[in-house]
Amino acid sequence: MAPRERKLKAVPAGPLVTHSDELPLDKKLLLQMHELMVKTRVLEERLIAMYKSGHGYFWIGGPGEEAFNVPLGLLIKKGRGPAFDFLHFHYRQSGTLLAMGEDPINSLRQMKNTATDPYSGGRNFAGHFSKRDWNIVPVSSPIEVQYAMAPGTALVQKRHGGDGITIVTGGDAGTAEGDFASCLIWSSRPGNELPVLIIVTNNRWGISTSYNTQQSAARLSDRGVAFQMRTKTIDGNDPISAYLELKEAMEYVRTERKPYLVEANVSRLFGHSSASGANYVKEEVDCITQFEERLEEQGLLSKKDAQAVREKWNEQIADMARAVKDEPQPDPATIFDHTFASEET
Amino acid sequence: MANMAQAIRMALHYAEENLGVTDIFGEDVGAPLGGVFTAIQGLKTAWNTPLDERGIIGMAMGLAMGGARPVAEIQFCDYIYNTIDLLKLAGNTCWASIGQWNLPMVVMTPVGSGIRGSLYHSHSFDATATHIPGWKIVMPSNPLDAYGLMISACREKNPVMYLKPKALLRIKGEAPIPGEPGDDKQLSKMIDAPLGDRSKWRAQWPDLTAYAVPIGKARIARPGGQLTVVSYGRTLPLCVKAAETTGLDAEVIDLRSLWPYDWECIKESVKKTGRVLYVNEDTEVTNFGEHLVRRTVDELFYELMAPPRLLAGKFVPGIGLADALEMASVPQLGDISEAMQKLAAEAP
Repeated sequence: MAPRERKLKAVPAGPLVTHSDELPLDKKLLLQMHELMVKTRVLEERLIAMYKSGHGYFWIGGPGEEAFNVPLGLLIKKGRGPAFDFLHFHYRQSGTLLAMGEDPINSLRQMKNTATDPYSGGRNFAGHFSKRDWNIVPVSSPIEVQYAMAPGTALVQKRHGGDGITIVTGGDAGTAEGDFASCLIWSSRPGNELPVLIIVTNNRWGISTSYNTQQSAARLSDRGVAFQMRTKTIDGNDPISAYLELKEAMEYVRTERKPYLVEANVSRLFGHSSASGANYVKEEVDCITQFEERLEEQGLLSKKDAQAVREKWNEQIADMARAVKDEPQPDPATIFDHTFASEET
Repeated sequence: MANMAQAIRMALHYAEENLGVTDIFGEDVGAPLGGVFTAIQGLKTAWNTPLDERGIIGMAMGLAMGGARPVAEIQFCDYIYNTIDLLKLAGNTCWASIGQWNLPMVVMTPVGSGIRGSLYHSHSFDATATHIPGWKIVMPSNPLDAYGLMISACREKNPVMYLKPKALLRIKGEAPIPGEPGDDKQLSKMIDAPLGDRSKWRAQWPDLTAYAVPIGKARIARPGGQLTVVSYGRTLPLCVKAAETTGLDAEVIDLRSLWPYDWECIKESVKKTGRVLYVNEDTEVTNFGEHLVRRTVDELFYELMAPPRLLAGKFVPGIGLADALEMASVPQLGDISEAMQKLAAEAP
């Protein structure tokens, strides 16, 4: 293992973890992460299949980001209110929700836009989660707005005390929007630094436009350096690295009550969304395949075991999809409901 | 009597002491300035922000999500336009989450003409604000309503857009704010920050009460039976004055809330008079008054003695600095008087 991060301010840290033969996490956690990654992939594949067979109007999600999103979910302090983590996610975060313990059937409901969709009642796209009991604020389609809101919940948490933090995620393309700069500025006001873990998952694409043709920063994390912020760029395709790096960054934000910018390099395995076909991309690293090879090398998981995990979730999530087919659509008479919160809310 | 800026300040003080307001923030709202119109002077929860309107609205949304109760200011509504999608998001957060999340937040911003503010200090925002569902929108025309609407806004569970007619911020009221001292000089000494060094100054607040103007409730500013005039903000006192100077028996309604608005009040008046003029100063194309005209036609057509009329700002890209240009761009007393006289005289 590499040494712990240097104590200097505003200096990006080197990677905490390098590939080595010895896996620095225990077997139980490794297998738990593997199963959650597979479960997430199976869910996303099912959502895509639903879209392609006419059981949904649009798909967007996070296949290819499981190695990052699952460890993130396992490390979140889950609950409601400022004592717990506030989560400003973008729309590629299914792995995080499943790692937090969410039932995958709810994603299927949102894809099918049923009245039973607990996130939006059939009003919003797949992957647009909202769960107040876990401080997951509504995910919206604009790719940047979450960065503008995150300092607000973090300010409440700073005043509240304790170790609850705000976590905001977005993609590399969205960092071109001004809200990303707003987040850096508002999180690091002198004397008013805020406990925000600012995350960019860099898949190097914005729909069809390559990152390299639009932004010149070699590392997006370097943008935090100008704001006296701790930063790092990590391998988001390796769940072990992602777990350890996130744990270290989170501990800093939880205890120091200051921001930290993490850029995670990830793959985008099924394109941007259904609008770009939602077909598997062979040219990019598949984090699950890579992780399974590593677990197999270490004698922790056989091909047969891995196949069994996949089949188990294929079967269970297919059953869920069948169940969702019969659930009711929203009543058109409800279109005005919840425009305003009532006094009884 | 207090002026509107003092009234807003007193309401915010009451709200931070009694209604749970945690943060009053925006560009230059904290010490030493207390807002470019002084409406935030001396408030204990006021703080200055970066010059970043999107950051301000985002901060308000985050604070509200986290359980705080923010009042954010955009220094002039001319600078709120780069936040439109955040305003839309604030307006749809409760709806999109089927009621899981509500945002108890107030955004206040000075609007309209009247200070010779040229292109970027004269905009109105009522037409745009009323295109964004999920917000409650209010606009006072006198200090007492300014106080009472702010109290209601700070009690709301939903986003409230509080439009401050900048031309009226220095105008004293005709009715006292409950609790304000009778002597204007005494009030000024208590709550207006002194010139020069303010570092040791603290406001001495009067013993205020929770006088509230319900959101959605209009006020009949002047009763009458010959025609109905519906307005709000800067043009409201002009409508009252026009009624007085023309001698017309006009009923003038101060809408006060643009969303939700008091249709019952308008309806009852129009059924009585058969004639209605809507007056505001935002640009006239896709103007909020056009909605009111449409609804009047839809629901009150057979009550009408004449077509419903709208007098609004000219559909021009900006308000020019020169006195003559501003006067020609937005309704003035003479324009309103003329429109009222024409409507009163209109016959099939």
